[in-house]
Amino acid sequence: MDVIGKSVIRKEAADKVTGRAKYTNDFQSIEMLSCKMVISPYGHAKIVNIDTSKAWKVPGVIAIIAGKRYPLTGEAIRDRPPIAVDKVRYHGEPVALVVAETPSQAKTAADLIKVQYELLPVVNSPAQAFQKDAPLVHERLGEYKLEADSYPVPGTNIATHYKIRKGNMEKGWSESETVVEASFSFAPSDHAAMETRCATAEIVPDGNIMITTSSQAPFMVKRLIADYFGEDMGKIIVRTPLVGGAYGGKASVQLEVLAYLASKEVGGRPVKLLNTREEDIITSACHIGLDATVKLGVDRSGKIRAAEIRYLWDGGAYSDKAVDVSRSGAVDCTGPYDVENLWCDSYCMYTNHPYAAPFRGFSHSELSFAIERTMDLLAQKLNMDPFELRYINAIQPGDTTPTRVKLNKSNVGNLRKCIEKVKELFKWEEGAIKEIDDRFIRVKGVSCSWKTSTIDTDAPSGVILTFNRDGSINLMSGVVEIGTGTKTILAQILAERMRMDVDNIHVRMEVDTQTTPEHWKTVASRGTFMGGRAVLRAAEDAINQLKEIAACALRAPKDDLEVANSRVFLRDDPSIGLHFKDICYGFKYPNGQTIGQQVIGRGSYILRHLTHLDPETGAGKPGPEWTVAAYGVEIEFDKRDYTYRLIKACTVVDVGNVMNEKAAEGQVMGAMSMGLAFAGRETFYFDELGRVLNPQLRTYRPLRYGENPEYLVGFVKTPQLDGPYGARGLGEHGLMGMPGALGNALSIASGVSLHHLPLIPELIWRAKEAVK
Amino acid sequence: MRRREGEETVASRTITLNINGEERNVMVRNADTLLYTLRGKLGLSGSKPGCLNGDCGACTVNVDGWPMKSCLMLAVEAEGKKVMTIEGLRNAPIQQAFVKEFAFQCGYCTPGFIMNCHALLEQHPNADDKTIKEWLESNICRCTSYIEIEKAVKSVLRGHSGGS
Ligand code: FES
Ligand code: FES
Repeated sequence: MDVIGKSVIRKEAADKVTGRAKYTNDFQSIEMLSCKMVISPYGHAKIVNIDTSKAWKVPGVIAIIAGKRYPLTGEAIRDRPPIAVDKVRYHGEPVALVVAETPSQAKTAADLIKVQYELLPVVNSPAQAFQKDAPLVHERLGEYKLEADSYPVPGTNIATHYKIRKGNMEKGWSESETVVEASFSFAPSDHAAMETRCATAEIVPDGNIMITTSSQAPFMVKRLIADYFGEDMGKIIVRTPLVGGAYGGKASVQLEVLAYLASKEVGGRPVKLLNTREEDIITSACHIGLDATVKLGVDRSGKIRAAEIRYLWDGGAYSDKAVDVSRSGAVDCTGPYDVENLWCDSYCMYTNHPYAAPFRGFSHSELSFAIERTMDLLAQKLNMDPFELRYINAIQPGDTTPTRVKLNKSNVGNLRKCIEKVKELFKWEEGAIKEIDDRFIRVKGVSCSWKTSTIDTDAPSGVILTFNRDGSINLMSGVVEIGTGTKTILAQILAERMRMDVDNIHVRMEVDTQTTPEHWKTVASRGTFMGGRAVLRAAEDAINQLKEIAACALRAPKDDLEVANSRVFLRDDPSIGLHFKDICYGFKYPNGQTIGQQVIGRGSYILRHLTHLDPETGAGKPGPEWTVAAYGVEIEFDKRDYTYRLIKACTVVDVGNVMNEKAAEGQVMGAMSMGLAFAGRETFYFDELGRVLNPQLRTYRPLRYGENPEYLVGFVKTPQLDGPYGARGLGEHGLMGMPGALGNALSIASGVSLHHLPLIPELIWRAKEAVK
Repeated sequence: MRRREGEETVASRTITLNINGEERNVMVRNADTLLYTLRGKLGLSGSKPGCLNGDCGACTVNVDGWPMKSCLMLAVEAEGKKVMTIEGLRNAPIQQAFVKEFAFQCGYCTPGFIMNCHALLEQHPNADDKTIKEWLESNICRCTSYIEIEKAVKSVLRGHSGGS
């Protein structure tokens, strides 16, 4: 392999280090108007009155939208008015929109809109939401429009309930000699991408709706706006330039709808809506919270015989993507272990919290915390090495997943190898605990994870290749460049297949739904897999056409031709051949006659054999393959004040094949950094009115330079036969094991079992106090 | 465009700013931040808004050679000072180092980080770990692990033998 695996520099690198790289909010024009939201200051309240009279007097104000009823929006369940009417269900919910000539005018006017509220009882956690007498977040749950695979329970706060029923529980428990049961919980938090979400909309005179948005799902924006408002799909053109970090949070469709409504209100004039940091944290979709109970039983040898799991996901005020997250949580509910007898209930709950978007790992970092902490409790009780317990239960070819997919050597990675490699990198044989002195102690915690990507059963990915007259190739794919470098990897896949120089491949970074072939959504670590397969097909198609033309020009059978270095040539005599530039627009004879035609390569891909899940047992095939990983986190704990320092974090993931070494390491290390921040410090603090008390980057604190540990990354390569050059998903896995591993390390270090996130010294202190 | 009478027009005035070595005349309100002016009035969109209150560093520019969060400075305060934005930095070693070390992913924090690193390298060409940390902890990168940025900075410190 020439290009695959190499640390090829990102195609957009020069733009990104010179300030030329453009993101949605960087596109500005003189005629563009500014839109500003008025947001709810409470978690749950009736809207009694909205007074806009003062706001109208502000110079430059062109429109104010408040109290207007639009069709309900949402994904699995249509439960969300784009702008709140009758009542607000979360702190930060949009209540009114102002459109003005400048941002400062829009803000001045928005601040002058007086909304009168009447407070309603607040549902402040999924466990509270689950109680019989809990206040209802949605009184008319039974009347909403639904997609397949969502099962709301009217009269409750259950947005959906997924069930996994596998094996025989009675048998499982009777075979179990040791049983542990534990509960875990954490509140919602945020993605905190550095680029806050932004959308612009314009409706031009011919009726075309032009939207530009910082989204992971521009094609979804098109589909949903068409569907919500009865617009012609072909008239909606959604453009997405570079995106400044997404991590799942930009897969939800929200600002696009508001910008569209605002533009409509001002006769189609261009309107921009840009989130402030505070709005980005609370108004737009956040990272889901969870209340979990896990019960595991093992036999004498340490083999898991039974598991009973209940997940109550904090979907927030609107179900949006939380329904899918809860489904994904059911699908991989056990973590990467073989469990024959299994009972799992995964509920998506409505609460009065900001609603949830996908978050890197899509339910897996969250459920892993609960599972991996329980595994450690089990190991303690059995007096067993925590890696040993995981090793003997590790999922393997021949086992079945919770939804009864039979695993084989290709569709699951090798977890045991990952564990062995972490042990090596992490110097496990030196022991998990090292006393430094009577105050400081160093402890290693471990964990494992797995993940399949539960995406729509008919999700497509398409690629178009066109040629320039110098024989270089333009690659167009609907994958959005959100920072993962996927488009560069697609170029590498193309270069590898065409055996040509990757510098002669030009990648279009921007996506627009009119001229780029659809890639369902840039989520779930599926960009390389699906986009890569589409690239391979497009390459095949282009090669075929090039060979056809060359065969004619060289008077040689197509079968005797090879392609490499931007040439088509005779296999047995490479000196006889033609450069792409001489055939990619047809071959011209000296007398001017031309044969062939412009070469356009096309390729597309749809995952095969995915199915819905059986509503009673969960049986079905939800995703294509399971990527597995093992982790370690080492901390230095101060026994006096319960503070700690991150020393090392380690991830070994079975990636199938490494496409771009440095990019892959960067993805895994960046994900670990995010996972440690989620585990160790990030959360929303709610008051009794459901208000988020820390919606700023000074109170909601991601990791900063110098607070990071040393990172160790290792790869195991068990090829996935369906993946391009054997590759599996990668972007999320570094994150998923961090909460569990950090929780395990700190539980050992502090001598008290920790069950909540984030793992801050105060939490440890409280846990210590509770057992005193 | 129809513009109603209002304080906005009244409070605006034209100032001269020295940006990337050029004198630029620009009409600003007293309340306009340097960031808003650079992006909205001068078309220099390399400096990014991330929080508008000094928390993230995405808007960092150099003012008289020192890093400055342009969301925390008014445009009128920049009169008579030399402002350099990412657009003014051409082929600086730190830019190449960022590319080589994969010190960015989404790239949104990158202009701010680079301007901060650039000023750091100018002011402290021999910076030690502690100084580097003190300077760089004012910026947030959500994508990378910071190790890449650390490597990039260290590769251009004076006395560094080159290569990472
Ligand atoms: S925008 Fe200036 S520090 Fe965040
Ligand atoms: S590269 Fe995305 S925030 Fe730094």
